[in-house]
This record gives sequence, C-alpha cells and structure tokens, in this order.
Amino acid sequence: MLKYVLIPMIPLVTATIAGVFCRYLKEKAAWLTIAGLGTAFLLSISTLFDVMGGHTVNVNVFSWIVSDTFNVSIGIMVDQLTAVMLIVVTTVSFMVHIYSVGYMHGDPGYARFFSYLSLFTFSMLVLVMANNFLQLYVGWELVGLCSYLLIGFWFEKKSANDAAKKAFVVNRVGDFGFGLGIMMIFLYFGTLDYTQVFGAAPQHLNDAPLDIAGLQVGVITMICLLLFCGAMGKSAQLPLHTWLPDAMEGPTPVSALIHAATMVTAGVFMVARCSPLFNLSPTAMATVAIVGGVTAVFAATIGLVQNDIKRIIAYSTCSQLGYMFFACGVGAYTAGIFHLMTHAFFKGLLFLAAGSVIHALSGEQDIRKMGGIRKDIPVTYWTMVIGSLALAGIPPFAGFFSKDEILWLAFTAPGPGKFLWFLGAVGALLTAFYSFRLIFVTFHGKKRLDHHAEEHLHESPWVILGPLCFLATLAIVAGFVGVPHVLGGHNNFASFMAPVLGHHEAGHHPASLELTMMVISVAIATTGILFSAFVYLKRKEIAEAAARNFKPLYNLFYNKYYFDEAYDDIFVNSTKEISDDLWKKADASWIDGVVNGAAKVTQALARGLRRLQTGFVQHYAFGMVTGLFLLITIYLYMK
Amino acid sequence: MVPVSWYVILSAVVFGIGVIGVLTRRNMLIVLMSIELIFNAANINLVAFSHYLQSLNGQVFVFFVITVAAAEAAIGLAILVCLFRNKETVEVDDVSIMKG
Repeated sequence: MLKYVLIPMIPLVTATIAGVFCRYLKEKAAWLTIAGLGTAFLLSISTLFDVMGGHTVNVNVFSWIVSDTFNVSIGIMVDQLTAVMLIVVTTVSFMVHIYSVGYMHGDPGYARFFSYLSLFTFSMLVLVMANNFLQLYVGWELVGLCSYLLIGFWFEKKSANDAAKKAFVVNRVGDFGFGLGIMMIFLYFGTLDYTQVFGAAPQHLNDAPLDIAGLQVGVITMICLLLFCGAMGKSAQLPLHTWLPDAMEGPTPVSALIHAATMVTAGVFMVARCSPLFNLSPTAMATVAIVGGVTAVFAATIGLVQNDIKRIIAYSTCSQLGYMFFACGVGAYTAGIFHLMTHAFFKGLLFLAAGSVIHALSGEQDIRKMGGIRKDIPVTYWTMVIGSLALAGIPPFAGFFSKDEILWLAFTAPGPGKFLWFLGAVGALLTAFYSFRLIFVTFHGKKRLDHHAEEHLHESPWVILGPLCFLATLAIVAGFVGVPHVLGGHNNFASFMAPVLGHHEAGHHPASLELTMMVISVAIATTGILFSAFVYLKRKEIAEAAARNFKPLYNLFYNKYYFDEAYDDIFVNSTKEISDDLWKKADASWIDGVVNGAAKVTQALARGLRRLQTGFVQHYAFGMVTGLFLLITIYLYMK
Repeated sequence: MVPVSWYVILSAVVFGIGVIGVLTRRNMLIVLMSIELIFNAANINLVAFSHYLQSLNGQVFVFFVITVAAAEAAIGLAILVCLFRNKETVEVDDVSIMKG
C-alpha cells in the first residue's frame, strides 16, 4: 500500500526540492531527480510482479471532497492496465532523465528542467493510478501544465512561447469536452468512482436519449463522445492535432518523454480505462476507430515531406496514436495498449536518437543539411535504425507484433473493419517510407553540413548513448511479450490484460489467413523501405521530380493540409477581430467614457463649489446668519 | 413704565450691531467686542422678560451668561495674544490658512 503511494510521491518530492532549491543545487539537481525516478522505477517493477501474481489494488487513500451526494476520494488503483502504464512511464522517464544530463549540460535552466521533468512524471503517475474520474482529470490537467512548462522551457524564444500557448489552448478545447463528459457521468451516475460507474453503466443504456440539434443521442454515447473529445486533444488526433508538431519547440528529451511516450498516450489509456463505457456504445466506438484510422493516414502523408527531423517524428507519433485509437475503436484495447507500450519504447528511442543527432550537429534540425554522418556517429545511427525498423513493423522488432495485431484484429472486426484495415495498411506503407527517408537523408549520401557543424561533428557522450542503447534493446525485445499464437507464442500480453480489458477474440479464422495477412503487412513495410532506399539512395531525382509533378499534392502535404492557416483564419483572426472591436468600441470608448465622464462631472462641479469655500470664517458666519434669518422668516410666514 | 417691546427693540438693535460687527470687521479685538454686544443683547432680553413676567429665573440666567462671557473673553484674548506673538497681526484675513 505504502509502496503504491510512494511511486508518485517520490518524483513529486524530488521535483519540489529541485525546483525550490534550483539555485543552490544546480548540477546536483539532476542526480537527485534521477535517484528519485530510479526508486520509482524499481517500485513500479515490483508492482508489476505483484500484479502478475494476481494482486490488484483499488483503495481510497483519503476523502478529498465530501459534500452531500458529491463524494470524491483520492484513491489508488493498481491493476494490469496501471501496471503496464507504470512500467512505460517510469522506464522512459528514467531514461530521459539520464539522457538529459548530457543533453541539457550547460543550460542555464538545468535544475529547473529536471524539476519539471520529475513534476511531469508525478502528474502522469497520478493520471494512471487514479481510481476515479476527478483524480484522472487532475492528472490530465497536471500533465497538460507540465507540457506547457516544458514546451516553453526556452521561454526567451518567441516560437517556443507560442508553441506552448498553442498546445495549452488546443488542449483546452478537448478538455472542455472531457470536463463536460465527467460532469455528465456525475449527473447520471451520481458518482465518479470507476468501479461504481462501470458497474452501473449497463443500466443507463435505456435512459431517455438526449436531443442534440434534432439528433437523438444516447446518454452513454454522449458521455463517451465527450470523453473522447479530451482524448483527441491530448493525443493529437484530427482535428485537434495541430499543437503536437509545434510542441517540438521544446527540448528534445521533452519531446521523447511527453510528446511521444507518455502524455500523448494518455488519451489511449483513458479510452482503454473506460472500455466498459465505450463497449456499450457502437457509435462512439465507430467514431474512435474512424478518427484514429483517418489520423493514422493523414499524419503519415504530412510526415512524408517534412524536413525538420523532429517534426517528421512528431507526425509519425500522431499517426501511431491513430493506430492505437483505431485498435480501441474496433474493441482491440489490448492491442492498442500493446502498441502504446512498444511505441513508447521505440518512439522514445527515435526522439532521443534524433536529439543525439541534433547534439552532434550543433543544433541543426533540417535533414537537408545533414547526410553522410553514419560513420561519425555510429551508435546513434544504429539505434535509430533499430527504432525505425520497429516503427516500420519489421519482424522481430517490437513494432511488428503490436502493429500486426492491430491490423489483424481490424481486418477481422465486423462493420468497417476492412476499411480500417485498408487505412492501417496504407499508413504502414507510408510509415515505412518516411521513417527510412529520414534515415537515408540524415545518415547516408553526401555530407551537406555547414562548416561550423562539420567542425564540431562528434558522437554524443555515453550518458546520452546509454539510454539509447537501453531503449534500443527494449525496442527489439518488448514485442516478445505478445507473440501471437500463430507464430507459436501464447500472446502473454493479451492474457495478462484480459482481466481489465476483456478478451478480444478475432473469431475463428484459419491460421493460414492470419499468416497471409502477416506476410502482407511485412511485405508492405518492406516495400516502403525498399522504395525509400531506391528513391533516396539510388535515384534522387525521382523525389524532386515527384515534388515537381505533383506540386499541388506536395504543397498540400508540405503545408500540413493548411490546418494551421484555416484555424488562424476561422478562430484566431476572428477572435482577434472581436477582441479588437471590444477593446476599441466597448472598452476604450464606452467603459472608459463612463468612468472618465464621471470624473469630469465631479471636477466641473467641484470647480464651481470651490468658490464657496473662501477660508474666511466671517463668510461662513454670514452664511449661517443669512440662513437663520431666512429660516425664521419662513417659519413666521408659515405660522 | 417702559413697555417690554422697547426693551426687545433695543435688544434687537444691539444684537444687529454685534452681528454686523462680527461679520464686517477684520480686527479680531473688535470682533471679540462685537461678540460681547451679542451676549449683552441677549442679557437685556432676559432681564426685560424677567421683569415683565415677575420671575427671577431670567436674572439668574443673566449672572451665568455674564460669568461665561467673562471666561470666553479671557480665552479669546489669550488666543489673540498668542496669535499676535506668532504672526504679529490681529487681522482675521491674515489667518486664513485653512482656505482650500
């Protein structure tokens, strides 16, 4: 029990100490937070073993809000889903902490950075260990706050500040829906406790549907859609994805931890956690699946043509999150969480490796100015290749098992399953293509470095390479916890998660079909890689010719489907105009006019009345006598 | 036998002179003297009606008024002396520092 409380509390304590005493601790802050995270990591592993031994926990630690019928506790829920998330969060966070020692070396905000990182880890742990919706919401907002702080870490850069604000505002849109969803849960269920809500959910299926603009929407469906709104914001799904690529303004370790491995997967975690609710609403499930599927392809197409090394990986993250959602949408929560876990490892790895490349090239992020550096930074190169192979879904790397399971379960799912499979397959092809485009353009071919970068070209120190190697190992082996039956495994991961997420059976299909599909998906990935190699290693002119001949399409992808421009036009500029009007017309002329007018009237009155006050007592006495005389005269006349 | 109305008229005249003196004169000494006139106008009234109503109450009042007036004159003169020592003036116009 104490152990479970300590897991989130240790990072909080170290974050507080590192934050408050950052001026005195300086370099020591890193080792303090790393020690704290290491402890949390070990405790998480021990928790995983507890859970594997069948020991799950759901307790209320203390009553937080007690008000008539509204009762909320701070509680801890440790089940299979939480255990997996704990491992993912603490592993990646631990690695990122160590990595940052090298990466952030010499930064003026060194101690502050570590404090934020640990604070984020605490927030994420609160989120995954919550046993009720309000606590989930608290964690949800805390990670949002930490994300804001870390994206805007280099606050003297305007672009970083803008990106931080954008992330916050876009997330607000999603969180508004999320908040409404939680309120609706309380309205209909009278409680926010997971167990009670999920237990009572089937009874609410027949509640009177809500009438929204003439559409009859079931209560459960509405709740699920609102909750999913939050997930779309947090996990950067269409149409709330625009903040994620901009979030790359933050330091690279932040991108790896928050915007690849943990925070952005909170949406997937939440949908999986609420699977008892989502399962009751086919409409909500279809929405989740389609949003996920479309985002998977959409983001991948943008990733094809970007030139910023971190942005390519960011779009890739967006796309992979789409995969997780469509897995959840077809009911394959286990596969979604499995992909969440493997993705956390290989995408964290890719980001950290990209950071190492940027570090080696003195801050260069444009892949057009790289090339031919694989011999100079071999460890970074090979770990990045491993990460990309895992991302592309080449066996036996981790991504293969999880992505293949998603595609297979989508293929066999009823309803729009085949369509989703098609989206997934297209996404897989694009993923393989752009991830190896990144490798080939960055590491192969001729050197296109500028003079300064070439002079300082060097492999990163071991404090950076260590975490890379560790995560690369995980990117290779993590998939083996879920080897499917058809390959002679037992899919241990699925049976481990079954108590929470249910057992999703693909139905009875011949093993040959499953093997065929597997071969097809591997073939797709290989095609993507080979085509990429052909284009970017052998025939470079093809890429340029393609960009020229399909100019409109290229521009569409390159400008990210003009989402930012559209949002600027529709929301940002119209808001600015309204604000401008309110400022000039309502505030400056109206409200200021009233206030200044009151002052002017008072002034004018005072100017007149001031003459009465001469300072001569005799004048006042004269006034008194005259007044008295008048009063008496009036009195006598009245009489 | 002088009718009581003559006393009242005398009293009103003296009071009027006193008030005008207070309002118009700038010398504080004169102002104080004018105030004494106002007091005495009141005293004349009191004595006149005391006689008219055949009651001694009025005359008792007058003793008190004279006593208080003496005290008031003492304080007033003291202030006057203080003022002269500090400002070398007895003109009320020169001590209008409270003017806004």
